[in-house]
Amino acid sequence: MGDNDDIRIVARDDEEYPSALRPISDPPRELFVRGTLLPQDEIAVAIVGARRASEYGKAVARRLAADLVACGVTIVSGMARGIDGAAHQGALDGGGRTIAVLGCGPDMVYPKEHAPLMQRIIRSGAVVSEFPPETPPRPEQFPQRNRIISGLAKGVVVVEGRIGSGSLITADFALEQGREVFAVPGNIFEETTWAPHQLVAQGARLVVSALDILDELKIPHGSVQRPAAVSLSDEERAVWQQLSFTPLHVDRIAANCGQPVALISRVLLSLEAEGLVDALAGQRYVKKV
Amino acid sequence: MLAKVRTAAVQGLDAYPVDVEVDVGGGLPAFTIVGLPDTAVQEAKERVRAAIRNSNFEVPSRKITINLAPADVRKEGPAFDLPMAIGILLATEQIRASGLDGAMALGELSLDGGIRPVPGVLSIAMAARAGGIHTLIAPAVNAQEAALVEGLQVYAVRSLFQVTQHLEGEEVLTPVRSPPHSDAGADYAVDFAEVKGQAYARRALEIAAAGGHNVLMVGPPGAGKTMLARRLPTILPPLIWDEAIEVTRIYSVAGRLNGHGPVRERPFRSPHHSTSSAALVGGGTVPRPGEVTLAHHGVLFLDELPEFHRDALEVLRQPLEEGFVTVARVQSTVTFPSRFMLVAAMNPCPCGYHGDGLRECLCTPSQIARYLGRISGPLLDRFDLHIEVPRVPSGDLMTTLPAEPSTDIRTRVLRARARQQERLGSLGACNAGMTGRLLRKYCRLDEEGRTFLRAAIERLGLSARAHDRILRLARTIADLEAADVLTNAHLAEAVQYRAFDRPLRLLA
Repeated sequence: MGDNDDIRIVARDDEEYPSALRPISDPPRELFVRGTLLPQDEIAVAIVGARRASEYGKAVARRLAADLVACGVTIVSGMARGIDGAAHQGALDGGGRTIAVLGCGPDMVYPKEHAPLMQRIIRSGAVVSEFPPETPPRPEQFPQRNRIISGLAKGVVVVEGRIGSGSLITADFALEQGREVFAVPGNIFEETTWAPHQLVAQGARLVVSALDILDELKIPHGSVQRPAAVSLSDEERAVWQQLSFTPLHVDRIAANCGQPVALISRVLLSLEAEGLVDALAGQRYVKKV
Repeated sequence: MLAKVRTAAVQGLDAYPVDVEVDVGGGLPAFTIVGLPDTAVQEAKERVRAAIRNSNFEVPSRKITINLAPADVRKEGPAFDLPMAIGILLATEQIRASGLDGAMALGELSLDGGIRPVPGVLSIAMAARAGGIHTLIAPAVNAQEAALVEGLQVYAVRSLFQVTQHLEGEEVLTPVRSPPHSDAGADYAVDFAEVKGQAYARRALEIAAAGGHNVLMVGPPGAGKTMLARRLPTILPPLIWDEAIEVTRIYSVAGRLNGHGPVRERPFRSPHHSTSSAALVGGGTVPRPGEVTLAHHGVLFLDELPEFHRDALEVLRQPLEEGFVTVARVQSTVTFPSRFMLVAAMNPCPCGYHGDGLRECLCTPSQIARYLGRISGPLLDRFDLHIEVPRVPSGDLMTTLPAEPSTDIRTRVLRARARQQERLGSLGACNAGMTGRLLRKYCRLDEEGRTFLRAAIERLGLSARAHDRILRLARTIADLEAADVLTNAHLAEAVQYRAFDRPLRLLA
């Protein structure tokens, strides 16, 4: 499939082999690596969750990843659709390092639409896999690679997951390997929040901000920095206040603001151009973090 | 003995005079029609024979020869029945013809001598008038359309017997009166007041109507895309008299007028996606108007756009670019007018529910990308607006608040159109038709506007081909506000109607 000039084999006795993986019960004999693994990647947190994730879940994953990389943490995830992709995205947008652990050969792009994301990850971290090049993605390989995701990290954050979610497998590996498990709460009426709530019930640490993770893992940090507030016009503020992480259609926003849809469309576009809102398919809008 | 009756036949939308020459002479009894008649004309023999007999006249047992001149053009259809019958009665001296000078006759005969309607009577009446004819004897059902031509005496006839009575002066008919020319009178069965919610889509269609822009609607099944499209003609400017006559002519030739006077409503045509390319642009040995011509001065709506055959979409190029279609046949080449607004609709993804918010879509991003990719770049370029139309939550459908009626929207559309006509300097000109040169002249941006547009294109990842389209749309938005200068607000709103320029968002 893709070009595989940049694939390196890192064996268990190589210096580059992540030391965190050595003590786990079933460490991969060798890793196929694209990009770089640095000593600083020892301080890593995994963020995993549902493929079919809500906008809320993806926003949380992006926010946590961005805040964690700001404190020098490397973000590990599985490059799947949904939460995984958002976590990588957040880390990259925050200017940090991130590692993707694949369930297929390192030369395969799966899912296909993540090709640009994969290139960015290779430049600002690494794509690693225990499967040799040209191994296609097979369902049974994904639970197996989850032990590497948890193994590389000091803690695993589960953002969203349905009943029987693969995230629970990652959490199980994490406990087995002595890693911390964190869970992000959500709306109890959504089926995507079942897995994290289940984990909280079993004793996982509840996460409402990156600080909860940093404190628990005793990672030194200053105060987590927020980007300076952008100054909004009155119109922009009125629209902004109507938005949340649940997608809203432009007609609904206009009705809530009591303004003509033509005006609201204009304001939404300027908010989007300023990077404050995300536009989704179907003319729906969410707040961006 | 020889008789000659004048009539006319339709080719394309125009008519040409035909002389029906009847010779009844010696020899074995026979009935022959020459002059390239098709099957329907050949079968006229049986209808004419029975109609004459049942009108209390006789068909002579002699050799009847009928020539349709000019003899080198193929004739089709049953409209020659009546002139043939009159010719036979004249040639056998069963009637005397005083009133046939400068007159034309046409009509299909039924076996009992009744006269049935035929297509294209308005075109024939126009050609007759232009050729110096002053009297037209036409089927009663078609009389209304024929009477639209001024300076022509139209007699509405119901039976062959009535025609003979009139010609012999025994019971003279009074000519049909022309309806008054007026631009008013459109009466649509639908109205925008019936559309609940959909503020964004309504606004987009208002802009489309104001600037004559083609629209592509993307939305789940049940969103109301067809409902919205069907109401677009109601907010377009009313047909002016000449346009109404043109549309009436088309419907007359297509045989779809059904006895009505002039068409006052802008047409709305929605051919099914299995429609062949011939049915779209017109066809037949003597070509008949297709869907693009039936939509002339109105709206052509293509639902399920990706399901249309590739060659069917390909043949839309000429009408979209030039406003007419050319149908070439061995016999003849015909040109039909086809200036219409194109409105198309499609689902956002194979399952139909991507971005719906009410129902989960199970399509993968690559499936969606493949589905959207079925709309090729050149086809997409035909649409100035691509909008996403959501399903309206059922609670909003229950609202009893009346939505804005079509007449109010049309008032704003008319004002915006007036500004465009003044600027572009020709009747019926609108922003959608602006070429690159006019675009640069009338959609000039100041430094701030240029910066804004450039930033929007970069930050939102718009494709480069979007630039001119955004300017064109912004111009129409400004015209709706009676604004001369394009502002950032106009540009910002225009970007919101360009869904396909932002491929990543359609997948989000």
